Amino acid sequence: MTPGEPLIRWDWIASHAGEISLRIGEHLELTVIAVVVGLVIAFGLAFVALRLPALSAPITGTAGILYTIPSLALFAFLVPHTGLSVLTAEIGLVSYTLLILIRNIISGIRGVPSDVRDAALGMGYTPQQILWRIELPLALAVIFAGIRVATITTIGLVTVTALIGQGGLGYFILLGIQLFFSTPLLVGALGSITFAVVADGALVLVQRALTPWTRLR
Amino acid sequence: MAESRGATVEFRSVTKRYGDTIAVDRLSFTVPAGRICVLVGPSGCGKTTSLRMVNRLIEPTSGEILIDGQNVLAEDPTQLRRRIGYVIQQTGLFPHQTVADNIATVPRLLGWPKERIQLRVDELMKLIGLDPGRMRRRYPAQLSGGERQRVGVARAMAAEPPLMLMDEPFAAVDPIVRERLQNEFLRLQRAQGITVIFVTHDIDEAIKLGDRVAVMRLGHLVQYAPPGELLARPADDFVAKFVGSDRGLKRLSLLTVGGVELAPLDRAKLDGAPVLSPSMSLRDALAVMLSSEAQEATVMEGDRYLGALTLQQIGRMLRVDEPA
Amino acid sequence: MTIFGDVARWFADPAHWQGSHGIPVRVLEHLELSGLAVAIALVIAVPVALYLGHTGRGGFIAINLANIGRALPSLALIGLGLAIAIPLGLGLGFWPTMFALVPLAIPPIMTNTFVAIREVDRDVVDAARGMGLKESEILGTIEIPLGLPLMLGGIGTAAVNVVATATLGAIVAGGALGRFIVDGLALQEYDQLVAGALLVALLAILTEVAFAALARASAPPGMTVSP
Repeated sequence: MTPGEPLIRWDWIASHAGEISLRIGEHLELTVIAVVVGLVIAFGLAFVALRLPALSAPITGTAGILYTIPSLALFAFLVPHTGLSVLTAEIGLVSYTLLILIRNIISGIRGVPSDVRDAALGMGYTPQQILWRIELPLALAVIFAGIRVATITTIGLVTVTALIGQGGLGYFILLGIQLFFSTPLLVGALGSITFAVVADGALVLVQRALTPWTRLR
Repeated sequence: MAESRGATVEFRSVTKRYGDTIAVDRLSFTVPAGRICVLVGPSGCGKTTSLRMVNRLIEPTSGEILIDGQNVLAEDPTQLRRRIGYVIQQTGLFPHQTVADNIATVPRLLGWPKERIQLRVDELMKLIGLDPGRMRRRYPAQLSGGERQRVGVARAMAAEPPLMLMDEPFAAVDPIVRERLQNEFLRLQRAQGITVIFVTHDIDEAIKLGDRVAVMRLGHLVQYAPPGELLARPADDFVAKFVGSDRGLKRLSLLTVGGVELAPLDRAKLDGAPVLSPSMSLRDALAVMLSSEAQEATVMEGDRYLGALTLQQIGRMLRVDEPA
Repeated sequence: MTIFGDVARWFADPAHWQGSHGIPVRVLEHLELSGLAVAIALVIAVPVALYLGHTGRGGFIAINLANIGRALPSLALIGLGLAIAIPLGLGLGFWPTMFALVPLAIPPIMTNTFVAIREVDRDVVDAARGMGLKESEILGTIEIPLGLPLMLGGIGTAAVNVVATATLGAIVAGGALGRFIVDGLALQEYDQLVAGALLVALLAILTEVAFAALARASAPPGMTVSP
């Protein structure tokens, strides 16, 4: 951005290789924790919503509001309580995964054909067995679609946590903005995008391995 | 071995009410062991509700259902269902499980040892005409409609239940496949001696498969009789209309040439007359005689003359009683 | 000690409601930034999406654009905006933020508009064509009115994203409501920080609610709105 400066200075990248890999690790960690914790909470809430339909609207409504609140604002609400910490970052990141995950878990399970459920019940499956052996496996494709979107979104949002002292690759983006220096900016931006694409591809492979019946003929 | 397998099922004044509507009203009848009982009637007559009360997918409001003298309401529903085969129109096959895993469903629930399950799966697949080596690992989506229905039937029979409940199992396949599935099913049922309660809206299917046919209307049992009697003596106008104005012809398909008191042979007319066997249905006999423009046919068993069958005799069988 | 009391006092202070750093000015800046960004995105995305949707071409691109859009980190977009604005001599603040917001708004508008047009019952379109309507008339009298709720849904998503990301403009010296948050963080003034967050959250939720209502109201009579 400074005139005369090349877009990418490879020597800067070479001399910061250690820090870059450290930040990649941080980005991965923030993302995985957020999605895993988000999944656990989302499953709990989705089961509640499925069991008690009256609570379905309040649960998805609350998740919707959390999703609508801009990320920076959500982090700002938390900072006075939890400081510039990993916890603040994770609470925010987890909140953003909930809407997508809850919605997909519910619609995945509701989408199980009623004849399949009827047959399972008629052959003597208990409600627990129907949930674990029939509904969840069959909802897996839809749930995975939710996990993919949640993961990609989280990877992007992790960069914003640079503003509260975390950030993974977002740290380099912020550094680039503050120093008017394009090399770290591009490292952060392209790194984050690459990460999202790779993670999405990996999730697709995992899903295919887990749901062999969805790709017949 | 076959005779002792099936269970006796008795409905005793079974009623199901939803608020003010009565879906099933004081239904009472008994299905003898090893027989097929078909519940038939227009949609909304309560036939499926009645079926689903047997394995307690629906709980009766009052009355009781006894299987071999035991009240189903006294049993744990889950345990009860594992003893009763269940087949539905949309098959309800588990899309995420292979054919073998689908068939093994109830034996696995019952905790059979692995080897026994595998033997049983292979046995059943051969019984329904699917090559286990080739088809075992297929998923339901890779099967034709007819194959899926066969797997559904095999799955229901896997744990050797004394009773099977079947809800329009063949309604979703095309007529040619349906006919084949019906014949296969009849053969299987006769061989295994299982008691079957079968729901259909198709009167022809009811007549073809049923040892007893229960005609239902608006939650009531209108008539419960063997198919021949149903066609010969419909209980009222509704049954007469429901079985169709061609019920005489339908009845002919239930009667055999051998069951008719044959006329003595007139050697003079023997030449050129069509030859029938005593096991032929009267309907087929009629077709043969009409197409060869004969008034009279010769009935032979092997090379022995049994007598003659005339069109007049068949005509007399057609004139079934009008409803009382 | 309680943050709620501090925030309430911050809002009660008349000084925070006046002048070029006051709440009303910051809200207007936020609306101006967001409104212009969505307007530019509409001008770019809608004609393309209408063409693609009507002709049925380019569906793959239109659909996947939404996924690509999600993978773009918003902070990186701000950096990108800076990289574009500085060489053009447009300075800090407004324009770098604008360059970040427009690409953010295009994917949801594009994808939803495309899908909205494609999802109109092909039999209805076929019947219209059979009765002699011109292609432009089919688009104007059939496809757009029937697809409008879904189109507005996409515009709503874009608007909410834009309102959220406009907050980040403060880190490139922009105005708008993000100023309170970024300054609050830098100065560790938690009353200002939380007050800013409240304002931004409120604006985002109002945007969401407004567009949801608009989408519902735009459904032609005789059609129920798809959620």
